[in-house]
Amino acid sequence: MSLMNTAAVSLGSLLQEVADKHRKRYRFVTMTCTDIGDGYDILYHFDKDYELYNLRLYLKKGEELPSISSIFFAALLVENEIKDLFSIPIRDLVIDYGGRFLLTEDAPVAPMGREGCSRSIDIRLQGAPEEEDK
Amino acid sequence: MPGSKSIIPFGPQHPVFPEPLQLRLMLEDEKVVEALPAIGYVHRGIEKLAEKKEYTQNIFLVERICGICSFMHALAYCQGIEMLMNVTVPDRARYLRVIWSELHRLHSHLLWLGLLADSFGFESLFMQAWRSREAVLDIMEATTGGRIIISTCIVGGVRRDISEELMAEVLKTVDALERDLEIVRPVVFDDYSVKQRLVGTGRITSEQAYDLGSVGPVARACGIARDFRETGYAAYKEIKVTPITETGGDAYARARVRIREMYQSIDIVRQAVRDIPVGDIAVSARGNPEGEVISRVEQPRGEVIYYIKGDGTKNLERLRVRTPTFANMAPLLAMLPGCELANVPVIVLSIDPCISCTER
Repeated sequence: MSLMNTAAVSLGSLLQEVADKHRKRYRFVTMTCTDIGDGYDILYHFDKDYELYNLRLYLKKGEELPSISSIFFAALLVENEIKDLFSIPIRDLVIDYGGRFLLTEDAPVAPMGREGCSRSIDIRLQGAPEEEDK
Repeated sequence: MPGSKSIIPFGPQHPVFPEPLQLRLMLEDEKVVEALPAIGYVHRGIEKLAEKKEYTQNIFLVERICGICSFMHALAYCQGIEMLMNVTVPDRARYLRVIWSELHRLHSHLLWLGLLADSFGFESLFMQAWRSREAVLDIMEATTGGRIIISTCIVGGVRRDISEELMAEVLKTVDALERDLEIVRPVVFDDYSVKQRLVGTGRITSEQAYDLGSVGPVARACGIARDFRETGYAAYKEIKVTPITETGGDAYARARVRIREMYQSIDIVRQAVRDIPVGDIAVSARGNPEGEVISRVEQPRGEVIYYIKGDGTKNLERLRVRTPTFANMAPLLAMLPGCELANVPVIVLSIDPCISCTER
């Protein structure tokens, strides 16, 4: 089964397509990001009269994603979440939490990435000896 | 100094917040001019964990996204898996799903009413609402064995049936609840002090509510007639639901929507108990989910969205959950500017926030 009402967009046409949805009075629902190895599968979900419409973007790893929050303000929260959980650089966010929307300074990097956390947290009881001290 | 600006970190621990949420409020004297949410205190990485568990184990996992609408999380998830695996749920199971969904909506709205009353110091209303809620939890326990997380939804139907004797008890419970609501409703609708705190508080326009993607009672209180039950999932195909709307767009309108929705839920439970067909409560689902699907359910706080992607193995490739409070965060940011600091807890609780849901 494949996702219904889904159209592919390129990085270059994304903002234009999203602005078109806004002009046609679609409601922004959310975004879904999936790490697919060499890149990310990003879905933008919109709704009108209970019908969902999706824009599908393939983003290569290392590429910057333009924010749609200047078109749909509500997108700023999920974009900040994606920035935290996948470490995707997102430019022109209306409010940029700088990767600290959900995560703290000592949190794992890209915890929703395919390989899992790219850095594990060093959990050690206070006062516990260092590895080499054992 | 008059007119000077200050920033107050409101929360994460605050007497009226049941869960940790911080709002960074920029104030001019006592007036809020800007609000910024800071979350992350209860993020549990449930979406990642769902990739590691088997798709059948995930039912128990998604129920733990939220204790208040746990059954509806399981329902949205199971419906999605059923769509992927082409499973048709027996009619009796569809009705049982509606009964437990509406019991969840009732206890959720009663919980909210208590918390809202507590936020403006109306302790007796708080106690009355929670006393009524206990009866709903009791019938949940009698029919499922659990009071909050009931674990009855499975892929292909439900795990438990409700006997005729227990159906009679369900009806007795909703009858008693209706009598309780007859006492509570005039207080919420007409009491001078309640109206003083709620009318005009945290008002947003219908246009703002739509543009900011609000859902559930927050949207319906702005006149947006949108309730996903209208689309006819589970047994809502047979039990018609008309969205309950108000036009005020303020905390009072949101309260009125939820009170009126409790009467609606009681009617739905009665209809479901009356019309439930006899028959099986589950079919077995074979194989593994493959493909991608979006499943939606109307929770007490609004529409929840499940994106599920399976690759034909027992583990999912991706599970993404957009909860209603997440959708109502942006509208909350529009409600707060211009309000007095003392009204911030009332406005926050008027959207019935669930932070566990929001963060997952």
